[in-house]
Amino acid sequence: MTAAPMITMTGVNKWFGRFHVLKDIDLAVAAGERIVICGPSGSGKSTLIRCINRLEEHDEGRIVIDGIELDEDTRNIAAIRREVGMVFQQFNLFPHLTVLENCVLAQRRARGTPRKEAEARAMHYLERVRIPEQAGKYPARLSGGQQQRVAIARSLCMEPKVMLFDEPTSALDPEMIKEVLDVMIDLAGTGMTMIVVTHEMGFARQVADRMVFMDQGRIVEAASPADFFAAPKSDRASLFLSRILTH
Amino acid sequence: MNDTSAAPSRPPPPARRRRWTWIDTALLAAVLAALGWFAYRTEAVMFYRWNWSVVANYLIKVDPATGHWQPNALLDGLFATLRLAVWGLVLATLIGVPMGVARNSRRLFPRLVSGLYVMVIRNIPPLVLVFVVAFFVANQILPGLGIRAALARAPDWLQTTCAVLFGPPKIIENIIVGLLCLAIFTGAYVAEIVRAGIESVPRSQIEAGESLGLTRFQILRDVILPQALRNVLPPLANQFIQMIKDSSLVSLVSVQELTFVAQDVQIATQRVFEVFLFVGFLYFAVCWSLSRLFARLEARARAAG
Repeated sequence: MTAAPMITMTGVNKWFGRFHVLKDIDLAVAAGERIVICGPSGSGKSTLIRCINRLEEHDEGRIVIDGIELDEDTRNIAAIRREVGMVFQQFNLFPHLTVLENCVLAQRRARGTPRKEAEARAMHYLERVRIPEQAGKYPARLSGGQQQRVAIARSLCMEPKVMLFDEPTSALDPEMIKEVLDVMIDLAGTGMTMIVVTHEMGFARQVADRMVFMDQGRIVEAASPADFFAAPKSDRASLFLSRILTH
Repeated sequence: MNDTSAAPSRPPPPARRRRWTWIDTALLAAVLAALGWFAYRTEAVMFYRWNWSVVANYLIKVDPATGHWQPNALLDGLFATLRLAVWGLVLATLIGVPMGVARNSRRLFPRLVSGLYVMVIRNIPPLVLVFVVAFFVANQILPGLGIRAALARAPDWLQTTCAVLFGPPKIIENIIVGLLCLAIFTGAYVAEIVRAGIESVPRSQIEAGESLGLTRFQILRDVILPQALRNVLPPLANQFIQMIKDSSLVSLVSVQELTFVAQDVQIATQRVFEVFLFVGFLYFAVCWSLSRLFARLEARARAAG
Protein backbone atom coordinates (compact mmCIF):
# COMPACT_ATOMS: atom_id res chain seq x y z
CA MET A 1 0.00 0.00 0.00
CA THR A 2 1.57 3.22 -1.15
CA ALA A 3 -0.93 6.07 -1.02
CA ALA A 4 -3.39 6.97 1.71
CA PRO A 5 -6.20 4.44 2.04
CA MET A 6 -9.34 4.98 -0.02
CA ILE A 7 -11.55 4.29 2.99
CA THR A 8 -10.63 4.63 6.64
CA MET A 9 -13.02 3.73 9.42
CA THR A 10 -11.77 4.37 12.94
CA GLY A 11 -13.63 3.53 16.12
CA VAL A 12 -17.01 3.47 14.37
CA ASN A 13 -19.98 2.66 16.60
CA LYS A 14 -23.64 2.60 15.75
CA TRP A 15 -26.83 1.82 17.58
CA PHE A 16 -30.34 1.06 16.31
CA GLY A 17 -32.31 2.28 19.30
CA ARG A 18 -30.66 0.40 22.18
CA PHE A 19 -29.25 -2.29 19.90
CA HIS A 20 -25.50 -1.92 19.39
CA VAL A 21 -25.08 -2.89 15.71
CA LEU A 22 -21.51 -1.77 15.04
CA LYS A 23 -18.87 -2.05 17.75
CA ASP A 24 -15.51 -0.26 17.47
CA ILE A 25 -15.07 -0.87 13.76
CA ASP A 26 -11.56 -0.15 12.47
CA LEU A 27 -11.06 -0.82 8.80
CA ALA A 28 -8.78 0.65 6.17
CA VAL A 29 -9.32 -0.14 2.51
CA ALA A 30 -6.58 0.70 0.00
CA ALA A 31 -7.37 1.98 -3.48
CA GLY A 32 -7.95 -0.98 -5.75
CA GLU A 33 -8.37 -3.36 -2.85
CA ARG A 34 -11.18 -5.91 -2.98
CA ILE A 35 -12.72 -6.85 0.30
CA VAL A 36 -15.34 -9.48 0.96
CA ILE A 37 -17.28 -9.17 4.19
CA CYS A 38 -18.99 -12.26 5.51
CA GLY A 39 -20.60 -13.34 8.72
CA PRO A 40 -23.88 -14.60 10.14
CA SER A 41 -27.04 -12.62 9.50
CA GLY A 42 -27.53 -9.74 11.88
CA SER A 43 -23.80 -9.35 12.36
CA GLY A 44 -23.81 -5.79 10.98
CA LYS A 45 -22.27 -6.40 7.54
CA SER A 46 -24.89 -4.47 5.60
CA THR A 47 -25.00 -1.70 8.18
CA LEU A 48 -21.23 -1.32 7.91
CA ILE A 49 -21.20 -0.75 4.17
CA ARG A 50 -24.34 1.39 4.35
CA CYS A 51 -22.42 3.69 6.69
CA ILE A 52 -19.80 4.21 3.99
CA ASN A 53 -22.23 6.09 1.73
CA ARG A 54 -24.31 7.47 4.58
CA LEU A 55 -27.45 5.46 3.99
CA GLU A 56 -26.95 4.89 7.71
CA GLU A 57 -25.46 7.45 10.02
CA HIS A 58 -22.72 6.30 12.40
CA ASP A 59 -22.96 7.54 15.98
CA GLU A 60 -19.29 7.52 16.97
CA GLY A 61 -15.93 7.38 15.24
CA ARG A 62 -14.64 8.67 11.91
CA ILE A 63 -15.18 7.60 8.35
CA VAL A 64 -12.94 9.18 5.72
CA ILE A 65 -13.37 8.38 2.04
CA ASP A 66 -10.84 9.54 -0.50
CA GLY A 67 -9.79 12.30 1.87
CA ILE A 68 -13.32 13.51 2.59
CA GLU A 69 -14.68 13.03 6.06
CA LEU A 70 -18.29 11.93 6.43
CA ASP A 71 -19.90 14.36 8.83
CA GLU A 72 -23.01 16.49 9.10
CA ASP A 73 -21.96 18.60 6.11
CA THR A 74 -24.42 17.68 3.40
CA ARG A 75 -21.99 18.77 0.68
CA ASN A 76 -19.56 16.14 1.89
CA ILE A 77 -22.28 13.53 1.84
CA ALA A 78 -23.22 14.44 -1.72
CA ALA A 79 -19.58 14.41 -2.81
CA ILE A 80 -19.00 11.00 -1.25
CA ARG A 81 -22.14 9.51 -2.74
CA ARG A 82 -20.99 10.56 -6.19
CA GLU A 83 -17.71 8.70 -5.62
CA VAL A 84 -19.23 5.60 -4.04
CA GLY A 85 -21.53 3.32 -6.02
CA MET A 86 -23.83 0.81 -4.41
CA VAL A 87 -25.58 -2.33 -5.59
CA PHE A 88 -28.47 -3.59 -3.49
CA GLN A 89 -29.81 -7.03 -2.75
CA GLN A 90 -33.18 -6.14 -4.30
CA PHE A 91 -31.62 -4.26 -7.29
CA ASN A 92 -33.72 -1.14 -6.57
CA LEU A 93 -33.96 -0.10 -10.20
CA PHE A 94 -36.36 2.73 -10.94
CA PRO A 95 -39.40 0.84 -12.29
CA HIS A 96 -40.88 3.85 -14.14
CA LEU A 97 -37.76 4.35 -16.24
CA THR A 98 -36.29 2.21 -19.00
CA VAL A 99 -32.94 0.50 -18.51
CA LEU A 100 -31.22 3.28 -20.44
CA GLU A 101 -33.03 6.02 -18.49
CA ASN A 102 -32.07 4.30 -15.23
CA CYS A 103 -28.45 4.65 -16.26
CA VAL A 104 -28.80 8.21 -17.56
CA LEU A 105 -30.81 9.88 -14.78
CA ALA A 106 -28.13 10.36 -12.13
CA GLN A 107 -25.44 11.27 -14.65
CA ARG A 108 -27.59 14.13 -15.88
CA ARG A 109 -28.88 15.26 -12.50
CA ALA A 110 -25.94 14.75 -10.17
CA ARG A 111 -23.10 15.33 -12.63
CA GLY A 112 -24.79 17.55 -15.18
CA THR A 113 -23.58 15.37 -18.04
CA PRO A 114 -25.16 16.29 -21.41
CA ARG A 115 -27.73 13.78 -22.62
CA LYS A 116 -25.76 12.46 -25.59
CA GLU A 117 -22.68 11.83 -23.51
CA ALA A 118 -24.70 10.26 -20.68
CA GLU A 119 -26.44 7.91 -23.10
CA ALA A 120 -23.16 6.91 -24.73
CA ARG A 121 -21.64 6.14 -21.34
CA ALA A 122 -24.78 4.22 -20.34
CA MET A 123 -24.52 2.07 -23.45
CA HIS A 124 -20.83 1.53 -22.80
CA TYR A 125 -21.49 0.14 -19.32
CA LEU A 126 -24.56 -1.81 -20.44
CA GLU A 127 -22.22 -3.52 -22.89
CA ARG A 128 -19.75 -4.15 -20.09
CA VAL A 129 -22.48 -6.00 -18.17
CA ARG A 130 -23.49 -7.73 -21.45
CA ILE A 131 -27.00 -6.41 -21.67
CA PRO A 132 -27.03 -3.57 -24.27
CA GLU A 133 -29.93 -5.12 -26.19
CA GLN A 134 -32.27 -4.51 -23.22
CA ALA A 135 -31.66 -0.75 -23.08
CA GLY A 136 -35.17 0.20 -24.19
CA LYS A 137 -37.02 -2.14 -21.83
CA TYR A 138 -38.51 -1.46 -18.44
CA PRO A 139 -36.94 -3.28 -15.47
CA ALA A 140 -40.04 -5.38 -14.79
CA ARG A 141 -39.50 -7.09 -18.17
CA LEU A 142 -36.06 -8.35 -17.17
CA SER A 143 -35.00 -11.37 -15.15
CA GLY A 144 -33.48 -10.86 -11.71
CA GLY A 145 -29.98 -11.47 -13.00
CA GLN A 146 -30.46 -8.97 -15.81
CA GLN A 147 -31.88 -6.40 -13.40
CA GLN A 148 -28.91 -6.76 -11.09
CA ARG A 149 -26.51 -6.32 -14.00
CA VAL A 150 -28.39 -3.14 -14.99
CA ALA A 151 -28.06 -1.95 -11.39
CA ILE A 152 -24.30 -2.49 -11.59
CA ALA A 153 -24.14 -0.60 -14.89
CA ARG A 154 -26.24 2.22 -13.40
CA SER A 155 -23.73 2.61 -10.58
CA LEU A 156 -20.74 2.38 -12.89
CA CYS A 157 -22.15 5.18 -15.05
CA MET A 158 -21.30 7.55 -12.20
CA GLU A 159 -17.68 6.37 -12.59
CA PRO A 160 -17.28 5.80 -8.86
CA LYS A 161 -13.97 5.16 -7.14
CA VAL A 162 -15.51 2.62 -4.81
CA MET A 163 -18.25 0.06 -5.38
CA LEU A 164 -20.26 -1.38 -2.51
CA PHE A 165 -22.20 -4.60 -3.01
CA ASP A 166 -24.84 -5.50 -0.43
CA GLU A 167 -25.57 -9.21 -0.93
CA PRO A 168 -25.96 -8.72 -4.70
CA THR A 169 -26.86 -12.33 -5.44
CA SER A 170 -29.00 -13.22 -2.42
CA ALA A 171 -32.29 -12.39 -4.13
CA LEU A 172 -31.45 -14.26 -7.32
CA ASP A 173 -32.51 -17.66 -8.58
CA PRO A 174 -29.53 -20.05 -8.57
CA GLU A 175 -29.13 -20.12 -12.34
CA MET A 176 -28.74 -16.32 -12.48
CA ILE A 177 -26.10 -15.97 -9.79
CA LYS A 178 -23.23 -16.76 -12.12
CA GLU A 179 -24.01 -14.06 -14.69
CA VAL A 180 -23.89 -11.44 -11.95
CA LEU A 181 -20.75 -12.81 -10.33
CA ASP A 182 -19.05 -12.92 -13.75
CA VAL A 183 -19.72 -9.21 -14.19
CA MET A 184 -18.32 -8.53 -10.73
CA ILE A 185 -15.21 -10.60 -11.43
CA ASP A 186 -14.74 -8.58 -14.63
CA LEU A 187 -15.05 -5.40 -12.64
CA ALA A 188 -12.50 -6.62 -10.11
CA GLY A 189 -10.10 -7.06 -13.02
CA THR A 190 -10.29 -3.34 -13.81
CA GLY A 191 -8.79 -2.35 -10.47
CA MET A 192 -12.00 -1.01 -8.93
CA THR A 193 -12.02 -0.70 -5.16
CA MET A 194 -14.77 -3.08 -4.05
CA ILE A 195 -16.39 -4.00 -0.79
CA VAL A 196 -18.71 -6.95 -1.19
CA VAL A 197 -21.04 -8.41 1.40
CA THR A 198 -21.79 -11.91 0.17
CA HIS A 199 -22.09 -15.57 1.05
CA GLU A 200 -20.60 -16.60 -2.29
CA MET A 201 -17.38 -18.10 -0.99
CA GLY A 202 -16.23 -19.26 -4.41
CA PHE A 203 -16.34 -15.66 -5.59
CA ALA A 204 -14.56 -14.55 -2.40
CA ARG A 205 -11.72 -17.03 -2.94
CA GLN A 206 -11.30 -15.93 -6.52
CA VAL A 207 -11.53 -12.18 -6.14
CA ALA A 208 -10.94 -11.00 -2.59
CA ASP A 209 -7.66 -9.49 -1.46
CA ARG A 210 -8.89 -9.67 2.09
CA MET A 211 -11.71 -11.43 3.91
CA VAL A 212 -13.42 -9.62 6.75
CA PHE A 213 -15.44 -11.77 9.11
CA MET A 214 -18.02 -10.05 11.29
CA ASP A 215 -20.07 -11.33 14.19
CA GLN A 216 -22.33 -9.46 16.59
CA GLY A 217 -21.28 -6.06 15.31
CA ARG A 218 -17.53 -6.63 15.53
CA ILE A 219 -14.85 -7.35 12.98
CA VAL A 220 -13.70 -10.63 14.41
CA GLU A 221 -11.13 -11.49 11.82
CA ALA A 222 -9.53 -10.00 8.72
CA ALA A 223 -7.17 -12.11 6.67
CA SER A 224 -6.21 -13.09 3.14
CA PRO A 225 -8.67 -15.59 1.63
CA ALA A 226 -6.02 -18.30 1.61
CA ASP A 227 -5.40 -17.96 5.32
CA PHE A 228 -9.03 -17.36 6.17
CA PHE A 229 -10.43 -20.40 4.41
CA ALA A 230 -7.54 -22.72 5.35
CA ALA A 231 -7.20 -21.81 8.99
CA PRO A 232 -9.65 -19.32 10.49
CA LYS A 233 -8.21 -18.00 13.72
CA SER A 234 -11.46 -17.57 15.60
CA ASP A 235 -13.87 -20.29 16.64
CA ARG A 236 -16.81 -18.24 15.41
CA ALA A 237 -15.34 -17.93 11.93
CA SER A 238 -14.61 -21.64 11.68
CA LEU A 239 -18.11 -22.44 12.89
CA PHE A 240 -19.55 -20.04 10.31
CA LEU A 241 -17.41 -21.50 7.53
CA SER A 242 -18.29 -25.07 8.46
CA ARG A 243 -21.96 -24.15 8.18
CA ILE A 244 -21.87 -22.49 4.81
CA LEU A 245 -19.21 -24.62 3.13
CA THR A 246 -20.69 -28.03 3.91
CA HIS A 247 -23.18 -27.93 1.07
CA MET B 1 -36.13 -38.50 -15.56
CA ASN B 2 -39.54 -39.66 -16.66
CA ASP B 3 -40.65 -38.56 -20.07
CA THR B 4 -43.29 -35.96 -19.25
CA SER B 5 -41.10 -33.45 -21.06
CA ALA B 6 -41.54 -35.49 -24.20
CA ALA B 7 -45.35 -35.31 -24.00
CA PRO B 8 -46.65 -33.28 -26.95
CA SER B 9 -47.93 -29.86 -25.93
CA ARG B 10 -51.64 -29.47 -26.54
CA PRO B 11 -53.95 -26.48 -26.78
CA PRO B 12 -55.72 -25.32 -23.60
CA PRO B 13 -59.25 -26.60 -22.90
CA PRO B 14 -61.99 -24.34 -24.29
CA ALA B 15 -62.74 -21.39 -22.03
CA ARG B 16 -65.87 -21.77 -19.94
CA ARG B 17 -68.60 -19.54 -21.30
CA ARG B 18 -70.35 -17.19 -18.94
CA ARG B 19 -73.93 -18.36 -18.87
CA TRP B 20 -77.12 -16.40 -18.75
CA THR B 21 -78.84 -17.43 -15.52
CA TRP B 22 -82.33 -16.88 -14.17
CA ILE B 23 -80.93 -14.07 -12.00
CA ASP B 24 -80.02 -12.13 -15.12
CA THR B 25 -83.51 -12.69 -16.53
CA ALA B 26 -85.11 -11.49 -13.30
CA LEU B 27 -82.94 -8.38 -13.17
CA LEU B 28 -83.62 -7.53 -16.80
CA ALA B 29 -87.36 -7.97 -16.21
CA ALA B 30 -87.21 -5.68 -13.17
CA VAL B 31 -85.39 -2.96 -15.11
CA LEU B 32 -87.85 -3.17 -18.02
CA ALA B 33 -90.79 -3.04 -15.62
CA ALA B 34 -89.42 0.07 -13.95
CA LEU B 35 -88.86 1.78 -17.29
CA GLY B 36 -92.35 0.80 -18.44
CA TRP B 37 -93.89 2.17 -15.26
CA PHE B 38 -92.00 5.44 -15.67
CA ALA B 39 -93.18 5.75 -19.29
CA TYR B 40 -96.74 4.97 -18.24
CA ARG B 41 -96.65 7.64 -15.49
CA THR B 42 -95.30 10.33 -17.81
CA GLU B 43 -97.59 9.46 -20.71
CA ALA B 44 -100.88 8.38 -19.19
CA VAL B 45 -100.97 9.86 -15.70
CA MET B 46 -99.04 13.11 -15.94
CA PHE B 47 -99.96 13.73 -19.57
CA TYR B 48 -96.46 15.13 -19.96
CA ARG B 49 -95.63 16.27 -23.43
CA TRP B 50 -91.94 16.23 -24.11
CA ASN B 51 -90.66 19.26 -25.93
CA TRP B 52 -86.99 18.89 -26.63
CA SER B 53 -86.90 21.81 -29.04
CA VAL B 54 -86.45 24.26 -26.14
CA VAL B 55 -83.20 22.52 -25.34
CA ALA B 56 -82.04 22.90 -28.93
CA ASN B 57 -83.07 26.56 -28.98
CA TYR B 58 -81.11 27.34 -25.86
CA LEU B 59 -78.11 25.44 -27.12
CA ILE B 60 -77.47 27.46 -30.27
CA LYS B 61 -79.26 30.36 -31.86
CA VAL B 62 -79.09 32.48 -34.97
CA ASP B 63 -77.78 35.95 -34.35
CA PRO B 64 -80.54 38.17 -35.78
CA ALA B 65 -78.04 40.89 -36.76
CA THR B 66 -75.56 38.77 -38.72
CA GLY B 67 -77.53 35.64 -39.51
CA HIS B 68 -74.70 33.46 -38.14
CA TRP B 69 -75.16 30.58 -35.74
CA GLN B 70 -73.85 31.30 -32.28
CA PRO B 71 -73.87 29.50 -28.94
CA ASN B 72 -76.82 30.21 -26.72
CA ALA B 73 -77.10 30.05 -22.93
CA LEU B 74 -76.74 26.29 -22.40
CA LEU B 75 -73.68 25.97 -24.61
CA ASP B 76 -72.12 29.04 -22.95
CA GLY B 77 -72.81 27.38 -19.60
CA LEU B 78 -71.13 24.20 -20.77
CA PHE B 79 -68.06 26.18 -21.86
CA ALA B 80 -68.00 27.93 -18.48
CA THR B 81 -68.11 24.56 -16.73
CA LEU B 82 -65.32 23.24 -18.96
CA ARG B 83 -63.18 26.28 -18.12
CA LEU B 84 -63.83 25.73 -14.43
CA ALA B 85 -62.90 22.08 -14.86
CA VAL B 86 -59.62 22.75 -16.66
CA TRP B 87 -58.41 25.56 -14.40
CA GLY B 88 -59.71 23.81 -11.32
CA LEU B 89 -57.76 20.70 -12.27
CA VAL B 90 -54.59 22.73 -12.80
CA LEU B 91 -54.95 24.75 -9.59
CA ALA B 92 -55.99 21.78 -7.46
CA THR B 93 -52.90 19.92 -8.68
CA LEU B 94 -50.69 22.94 -7.97
CA ILE B 95 -52.07 23.08 -4.44
CA GLY B 96 -52.55 19.38 -3.79
CA VAL B 97 -49.18 17.99 -4.91
CA PRO B 98 -46.98 20.31 -2.77
CA MET B 99 -49.38 19.87 0.15
CA GLY B 100 -49.23 16.10 -0.23
CA VAL B 101 -45.44 16.27 -0.31
CA ALA B 102 -45.47 18.51 2.76
CA ARG B 103 -47.57 15.94 4.60
CA ASN B 104 -44.58 13.59 4.37
CA SER B 105 -41.98 16.24 5.12
CA ARG B 106 -39.32 15.60 7.73
CA ARG B 107 -39.74 19.17 8.93
CA LEU B 108 -42.42 20.04 11.41
CA PHE B 109 -43.67 23.29 9.89
CA PRO B 110 -44.72 22.03 6.45
CA ARG B 111 -46.29 19.00 8.12
CA LEU B 112 -48.29 21.24 10.42
CA VAL B 113 -49.46 23.60 7.68
CA SER B 114 -50.52 20.85 5.30
CA GLY B 115 -52.08 18.81 8.09
CA LEU B 116 -54.11 21.78 9.23
CA TYR B 117 -55.17 22.60 5.67
CA VAL B 118 -56.40 19.08 5.01
CA MET B 119 -58.07 18.86 8.41
CA VAL B 120 -60.00 22.12 8.02
CA ILE B 121 -61.12 21.58 4.44
CA ARG B 122 -62.07 17.95 4.83
CA ASN B 123 -64.34 18.70 7.73
CA ILE B 124 -66.47 21.51 6.36
CA PRO B 125 -69.07 21.09 3.60
CA PRO B 126 -68.05 22.50 0.21
CA LEU B 127 -71.12 24.70 0.12
CA VAL B 128 -70.17 26.38 3.39
CA LEU B 129 -66.65 26.89 2.08
CA VAL B 130 -68.07 28.57 -1.04
CA PHE B 131 -70.02 31.01 1.11
CA VAL B 132 -67.12 31.69 3.46
CA VAL B 133 -64.73 32.36 0.60
CA ALA B 134 -67.32 34.37 -1.31
CA PHE B 135 -68.18 36.67 1.56
CA PHE B 136 -64.66 37.16 2.89
CA VAL B 137 -62.40 36.97 -0.15
CA ALA B 138 -64.81 38.18 -2.78
CA ASN B 139 -66.46 40.98 -0.85
CA GLN B 140 -63.52 42.19 1.22
CA ILE B 141 -60.28 41.47 -0.58
CA LEU B 142 -60.79 41.08 -4.32
CA PRO B 143 -62.42 44.47 -5.03
CA GLY B 144 -59.41 46.10 -3.41
CA LEU B 145 -57.15 44.53 -6.01
CA GLY B 146 -59.11 46.23 -8.77
CA ILE B 147 -58.87 43.34 -11.21
CA ARG B 148 -62.27 43.94 -12.70
CA ALA B 149 -61.70 47.66 -13.09
CA ALA B 150 -58.32 47.05 -14.69
CA LEU B 151 -59.84 44.55 -17.10
CA ALA B 152 -62.61 47.02 -18.03
CA ARG B 153 -59.92 49.51 -19.09
CA ALA B 154 -57.83 46.87 -20.82
CA PRO B 155 -57.57 46.73 -24.63
CA ASP B 156 -60.08 44.61 -26.52
CA TRP B 157 -57.71 41.76 -27.31
CA LEU B 158 -56.98 41.29 -23.61
CA GLN B 159 -60.67 41.27 -22.79
CA THR B 160 -61.31 38.72 -25.51
CA THR B 161 -58.47 36.53 -24.28
CA CYS B 162 -59.85 36.75 -20.78
CA ALA B 163 -63.31 35.81 -22.03
CA VAL B 164 -61.98 32.78 -23.88
CA LEU B 165 -59.71 31.57 -21.11
CA PHE B 166 -61.64 32.41 -17.97
CA GLY B 167 -65.06 33.87 -18.80
CA PRO B 168 -66.78 37.24 -19.16
CA PRO B 169 -64.58 40.06 -17.72
CA LYS B 170 -67.66 41.50 -16.00
CA ILE B 171 -67.85 38.57 -13.60
CA ILE B 172 -64.12 37.84 -13.43
CA GLU B 173 -64.13 38.30 -9.66
CA ASN B 174 -66.89 35.74 -9.20
CA ILE B 175 -65.00 33.35 -11.43
CA ILE B 176 -61.81 33.82 -9.42
CA VAL B 177 -63.71 33.12 -6.20
CA GLY B 178 -65.42 30.09 -7.67
CA LEU B 179 -62.15 28.69 -8.97
CA LEU B 180 -60.42 29.34 -5.66
CA CYS B 181 -63.15 27.44 -3.83
CA LEU B 182 -62.95 24.48 -6.19
CA ALA B 183 -59.15 24.39 -6.08
CA ILE B 184 -58.86 24.79 -2.32
CA PHE B 185 -61.50 22.17 -1.74
CA THR B 186 -60.24 19.62 -4.24
CA GLY B 187 -56.60 20.36 -3.36
CA ALA B 188 -57.11 18.98 0.14
CA TYR B 189 -58.28 15.64 -1.21
CA VAL B 190 -55.57 15.60 -3.86
CA ALA B 191 -53.06 16.22 -1.06
CA GLU B 192 -54.28 13.16 0.81
CA ILE B 193 -54.17 11.05 -2.34
CA VAL B 194 -50.64 12.25 -3.16
CA ARG B 195 -49.54 11.52 0.39
CA ALA B 196 -50.84 7.97 0.10
CA GLY B 197 -49.08 7.66 -3.26
CA ILE B 198 -45.76 8.81 -1.85
CA GLU B 199 -46.09 6.36 1.01
CA SER B 200 -46.73 3.58 -1.49
CA VAL B 201 -43.25 3.98 -3.00
CA PRO B 202 -40.79 1.74 -1.14
CA ARG B 203 -38.02 3.36 0.90
CA SER B 204 -35.46 1.43 -1.10
CA GLN B 205 -36.19 3.73 -4.05
CA ILE B 206 -35.05 6.71 -1.99
CA GLU B 207 -31.91 4.82 -1.00
CA ALA B 208 -31.17 3.97 -4.63
CA GLY B 209 -31.44 7.66 -5.48
CA GLU B 210 -29.28 8.68 -2.53
CA SER B 211 -26.61 6.14 -3.39
CA LEU B 212 -26.38 7.68 -6.87
CA GLY B 213 -25.79 11.14 -5.41
CA LEU B 214 -29.20 12.64 -6.21
CA THR B 215 -30.43 15.44 -3.95
CA ARG B 216 -33.60 15.09 -1.91
CA PHE B 217 -35.47 17.31 -4.35
CA GLN B 218 -34.24 15.34 -7.36
CA ILE B 219 -35.26 12.08 -5.72
CA LEU B 220 -38.70 13.50 -5.06
CA ARG B 221 -39.16 14.88 -8.58
CA ASP B 222 -37.53 12.14 -10.65
CA VAL B 223 -38.02 8.99 -8.60
CA ILE B 224 -40.79 9.27 -6.00
CA LEU B 225 -43.47 11.50 -7.55
CA PRO B 226 -43.65 9.77 -10.95
CA GLN B 227 -44.20 6.42 -9.24
CA ALA B 228 -46.48 7.87 -6.58
CA LEU B 229 -48.76 9.64 -9.07
CA ARG B 230 -48.92 6.55 -11.25
CA ASN B 231 -50.01 4.49 -8.26
CA VAL B 232 -52.83 6.89 -7.41
CA LEU B 233 -54.20 7.61 -10.89
CA PRO B 234 -57.57 5.91 -10.19
CA PRO B 235 -58.38 7.88 -7.00
CA LEU B 236 -57.07 11.08 -8.64
CA ALA B 237 -59.43 10.54 -11.56
CA ASN B 238 -62.24 10.10 -9.06
CA GLN B 239 -61.36 13.33 -7.33
CA PHE B 240 -61.20 15.38 -10.51
CA ILE B 241 -64.53 14.01 -11.69
CA GLN B 242 -65.95 14.87 -8.29
CA MET B 243 -64.58 18.40 -8.73
CA ILE B 244 -66.35 18.87 -12.06
CA LYS B 245 -69.61 17.87 -10.43
CA ASP B 246 -68.88 20.13 -7.44
CA SER B 247 -68.33 23.00 -9.86
CA SER B 248 -72.12 23.33 -9.97
CA LEU B 249 -71.82 24.78 -6.44
CA VAL B 250 -70.15 27.94 -7.69
CA SER B 251 -73.38 28.86 -9.45
CA LEU B 252 -74.22 30.19 -5.99
CA VAL B 253 -71.64 32.95 -6.37
CA SER B 254 -73.11 33.96 -9.72
CA VAL B 255 -70.69 32.18 -11.99
CA GLN B 256 -72.81 31.43 -15.02
CA GLU B 257 -71.82 27.82 -15.47
CA LEU B 258 -74.00 24.98 -16.62
CA THR B 259 -76.18 24.58 -13.52
CA PHE B 260 -76.68 28.33 -13.15
CA VAL B 261 -77.74 28.64 -16.78
CA ALA B 262 -79.96 25.59 -16.51
CA GLN B 263 -81.92 27.20 -13.71
CA ASP B 264 -82.39 30.34 -15.84
CA VAL B 265 -83.54 28.36 -18.84
CA GLN B 266 -85.83 26.24 -16.72
CA ILE B 267 -87.50 29.35 -15.30
CA ALA B 268 -87.84 30.92 -18.72
CA THR B 269 -89.26 27.83 -20.40
CA GLN B 270 -90.95 25.94 -17.55
CA ARG B 271 -89.38 22.79 -19.00
CA VAL B 272 -87.87 21.23 -15.89
CA PHE B 273 -87.45 17.66 -17.14
CA GLU B 274 -85.99 18.41 -20.55
CA VAL B 275 -83.55 21.02 -19.30
CA PHE B 276 -82.20 19.11 -16.33
CA LEU B 277 -82.15 15.75 -18.09
CA PHE B 278 -80.13 17.35 -20.84
CA VAL B 279 -77.83 19.17 -18.40
CA GLY B 280 -77.33 15.89 -16.56
CA PHE B 281 -76.35 14.33 -19.86
CA LEU B 282 -73.85 17.13 -20.52
CA TYR B 283 -72.20 16.63 -17.11
CA PHE B 284 -72.13 12.93 -17.79
CA ALA B 285 -70.44 13.49 -21.15
CA VAL B 286 -67.76 15.74 -19.65
CA CYS B 287 -67.05 13.51 -16.64
CA TRP B 288 -67.12 10.33 -18.66
CA SER B 289 -64.66 11.79 -21.19
CA LEU B 290 -62.32 12.65 -18.34
CA SER B 291 -62.61 9.16 -16.90
CA ARG B 292 -61.75 7.71 -20.33
CA LEU B 293 -58.72 10.00 -20.48
CA PHE B 294 -57.54 8.73 -17.10
CA ALA B 295 -58.20 5.13 -18.14
CA ARG B 296 -55.87 5.67 -21.10
CA LEU B 297 -53.24 7.21 -18.84
CA GLU B 298 -53.51 4.17 -16.56
CA ALA B 299 -53.15 1.81 -19.48
CA ARG B 300 -50.04 3.65 -20.61
CA ALA B 301 -48.62 3.57 -17.09
CA ARG B 302 -49.25 -0.17 -16.90
CA ALA B 303 -47.57 -0.72 -20.24
CA ALA B 304 -44.47 1.05 -18.90
CA GLY B 305 -43.44 -1.60 -16.45
